[in-house]
Amino acid sequence: MIAGDWPLWEVFVRGKRGLNHVHAGSVRAADAEMALRNARDLYTRRNEGVSIWVVEAARITASSPEEKDPFFAPSGDKIYRHPTFYDIPDDVPHI
Amino acid sequence: MSGATEQGAESFERAIERDQRIEPRDWMPDAYRGTMVRQIAQHAHSEIIGMQPEGAWITRAPSLRRKAILLAKVQDEAGHGLYLYSAAETLGADRADLTDKLISGRQKYSSIFNYPTLTFADVGVIGWLVDGAAICNQVPLCRTSYGPYARAMIRICKEESFHQRQGYELLMTMMRGTPEQREMVQDAVDRWWWPSLMMFGPPDAESANTAQSMAWKIKRHTNDELRQRFVDMTVPQAEALGVRLPDPELRWNPERGHHDFGEVDWAEFRRVVGGGGPCNAERIAVRRAAHEEGAWVREAAAAYAAKQAARRDAEQGREGEAA
Ligand SMILES: [Fe+2]
Ligand SMILES: [Fe+2]
Repeated sequence: MIAGDWPLWEVFVRGKRGLNHVHAGSVRAADAEMALRNARDLYTRRNEGVSIWVVEAARITASSPEEKDPFFAPSGDKIYRHPTFYDIPDDVPHI
Repeated sequence: MSGATEQGAESFERAIERDQRIEPRDWMPDAYRGTMVRQIAQHAHSEIIGMQPEGAWITRAPSLRRKAILLAKVQDEAGHGLYLYSAAETLGADRADLTDKLISGRQKYSSIFNYPTLTFADVGVIGWLVDGAAICNQVPLCRTSYGPYARAMIRICKEESFHQRQGYELLMTMMRGTPEQREMVQDAVDRWWWPSLMMFGPPDAESANTAQSMAWKIKRHTNDELRQRFVDMTVPQAEALGVRLPDPELRWNPERGHHDFGEVDWAEFRRVVGGGGPCNAERIAVRRAAHEEGAWVREAAAAYAAKQAARRDAEQGREGEAA
């Protein structure tokens, strides 16, 4: 057996309290516990994190780049979702 | 070309033109993917093999402080290798396969690591010159067109600055020491200077891949441009240190606004890249032995994981029945 048989894990690191976990990269590991430890050694050698998530790469479902345009189209024409859509006179305060 | 491919090719070209990043699941030309995998893998292998010349001095570091620093530096290089293997995997390359290609000599690594580290001064000179040259190469790669590679480089560049500074500080300390210590530093500089200049690759006129890599914005500067930048940066550092760079033709050229320097021995470069350097065989043998001697650990970890997973499944099955 070779290390290639270890699954790939995607690593997400929370940089500090109050921030979201952000994708940092991936590690190979036999199980989740080992993936966490490897991720700690690899991605937080200089206090870059206070919390780590690992998830098996094969379990991630992602939108496909080919259908990027149709997939995100529904939000394209709804400009009324943005505050700038609304005209408010300049002399009205705090809005 | 099918409609989907045509569309993909168009958005690839547009992204490159607009200086946007290409991301893993985007359409890309096969040649771009191939070039990227080869370059990232070669870069990863260099980080991994690069642990050996300095790693050899960990047990013989002259103080606990130097030992701790060297350990951290070498561990960083392992980390750099892993960031890069991770980036290569986003292109569909397989990490185990890349390791196999390295230890069977089918993929290359930087020729600089095929030179021996004869004294502890070499540790300092590697940090100063070899990591210094690597920084020159790597800073522009932070803006390379392939997203995961660029992000790995940003992380790596942040860490490299410590590598160069610890090396320079080590040399400053030795230069304040005995005449023998100063001689050791000069001797190490004499041996590493030219191989460091080779790290930027063959001259532009002979570099077959440069034009395509520049067009795809993988590379932002040519080999000769980066080499010149490195020489210009290093000369004042050598002066401050009090060492002589071993090149009689090295001098400031006020008209060019750059230093002129002598011709690199490209025959030696080709010989070392081709496997004829002083340590090529040893570097690969050590990497191969580490991989093979670690096989039982990888097997044991996989067996343990399988056992734990089976136990968990069985417990969940029982709970399912009870409910
Ligand atoms: Fe490195
Ligand atoms: Fe380094």
